[in-house]
Amino acid sequence: MKKLNKLTKNSFLSYGVVIAFYIVMQILIGGGMVSNSLKGQLIPICAYVIMAVSLNLTVGILGDLSLGHAGFMSVGAFAGVIVSTTMRFNGIESDIVRMIVAVIVGALVAAVFGILIGIPVLRLKGDYLAIVTLAFGEIIKDILNCLYIGIDEGGLHFKGSAEKLVLGEGGKVIVNGPMGATGVNKISTFTAGIVLVLITLFVVYNLTNSRTGRAIMSIRDNRIAAESVGINITKYKLMAFVTSAALAGCAGVLFGLNYSTVVASKFNFNTSILVLVFVVLGGMGNMFGSVIAAAMLTVLPEMLREVGDYRMLAYALVLILVMIITNNDTLKTYGDLIKEKFRFGKSERKGAEAK
Amino acid sequence: MLKVNDINVYYGSIHAIKGVSFEVKQGEIVTLIGANGAGKSTILKTVSGLLRSKTGSIDFLDKNISTVAPHKIVERGLAHVPEGRRIFLQMSVEENLEMGAYTRGGKGVSEDLAKVYEQFPRLKERRKQTAGTLSGGEQQMLAMGRALMSRPQLLMLDEPSMGLAPILVEQIFEIIKSLHKDGTTILLVEQNAQMALSVADRAYVLETGKITLSGTGEELAQSDEIRKAYLGG
Repeated sequence: MKKLNKLTKNSFLSYGVVIAFYIVMQILIGGGMVSNSLKGQLIPICAYVIMAVSLNLTVGILGDLSLGHAGFMSVGAFAGVIVSTTMRFNGIESDIVRMIVAVIVGALVAAVFGILIGIPVLRLKGDYLAIVTLAFGEIIKDILNCLYIGIDEGGLHFKGSAEKLVLGEGGKVIVNGPMGATGVNKISTFTAGIVLVLITLFVVYNLTNSRTGRAIMSIRDNRIAAESVGINITKYKLMAFVTSAALAGCAGVLFGLNYSTVVASKFNFNTSILVLVFVVLGGMGNMFGSVIAAAMLTVLPEMLREVGDYRMLAYALVLILVMIITNNDTLKTYGDLIKEKFRFGKSERKGAEAK
Repeated sequence: MLKVNDINVYYGSIHAIKGVSFEVKQGEIVTLIGANGAGKSTILKTVSGLLRSKTGSIDFLDKNISTVAPHKIVERGLAHVPEGRRIFLQMSVEENLEMGAYTRGGKGVSEDLAKVYEQFPRLKERRKQTAGTLSGGEQQMLAMGRALMSRPQLLMLDEPSMGLAPILVEQIFEIIKSLHKDGTTILLVEQNAQMALSVADRAYVLETGKITLSGTGEELAQSDEIRKAYLGG
């Protein structure tokens, strides 16, 4: 009971912070107090927050290290771009309708890839799983790099080379191999981003707080014990992995439809690692931490522009310092002492209730 | 209740269990004793579906379970307390016990919890405590309590005495006896032959993957061969 309350508290804190961020940003934008560079960062922030929370489901809750999360983002992004362009080609102009359909399709396509990858991969453990997911991310990138997709009156055409892609009158090339998708109609909005972040948090919190979540965490804690109390390991592992993949697909759609050009090489190993850094920094299994870490670390490189050439050095230093400070026992004990002082009245009451 | 017929289990090319057959009847305590590496735990893992036999059959409640998935076997009423006290270290004692009732959904969990607490008063004292902070003996009790939460027809215990102080070993065996008195059928795997034989109705002696002797607990405890090999003369 007590633990449940703590989890609910944590989830409301996350929703609250996200909504507050949205309101503050809207007011600041309305007042013209936000620089263009920060305004341009708002949608990527939302996309990375979704990525971090969804990866935290795999790494923190399920306990499996995945290094190919950007692969799902990439699949989602391209699916989103194709859907949005196709709908526009067929005369559906409404941005909102296209965005919603694109997100749903992107999530579904990523989920399908999640199942395909998950079934063989989740039989592996630890390092092996990490290596295979890493390879998956790279393979997806390479496949998308040599895919040519176009649309004309006859519908969508998928081809393996530029010469083979012959389109009819009025046809349009959507994805042009390594050049990626160009001329994408930018329909992602900050509002859509925030809504997707809230949906992601809602899905992940509800999953972890449920019976299913308990089963998933028990597999992480002790696989043999979980098996011995009758938990279907494959089923629950796959469920968490696929949910995580689908959410990453949503993030991809949001991210992809925010730029006029989407290139597969953007979603490479570095992106996967970046998202993993958000998760580790925010705390494994701590969704609120992931939200904060993803938002901060997405903005940080921009804020560090002032130090010019030393930007990435400063970025690394900040990372190291945060890791050291948050893991410092002395500081932790000190923090607990302060907390204890504020809680003294409360804990006394609790003691009385227990009796 | 449980009929194991001619099972052969391999680890890669190693032939670990060589044509073992045995039986557990309703209401009995049956023990498998043997030295390290004799194949005791392997047999239990095979019965609960974690390992597969290449031949033979395993019948539980008159149905063949040798190809059934492990989580489905638990649902049929066969609980396995694995070796080395595999508990969920980060969950509280009570949550660990609740996990034991997982296959049943929410029905009757509170009554079963009360029953387990009655059996293990120590766990009740510590119900809000994180399981990882329990002592070895308490963790063993927790693992057994968790298995009981699935309302098993047959409880399989894998070396419950491992790594425990003699006084705790006695406590654990007292609990085994009282579970038996309440009507639970138990299959016990032990290295501590003396203790195991003292509670068992029947026993099987296992040597390098084969059953070499069987009989009632008393018979085996008296047998010269056993005394020499396991009971210290």
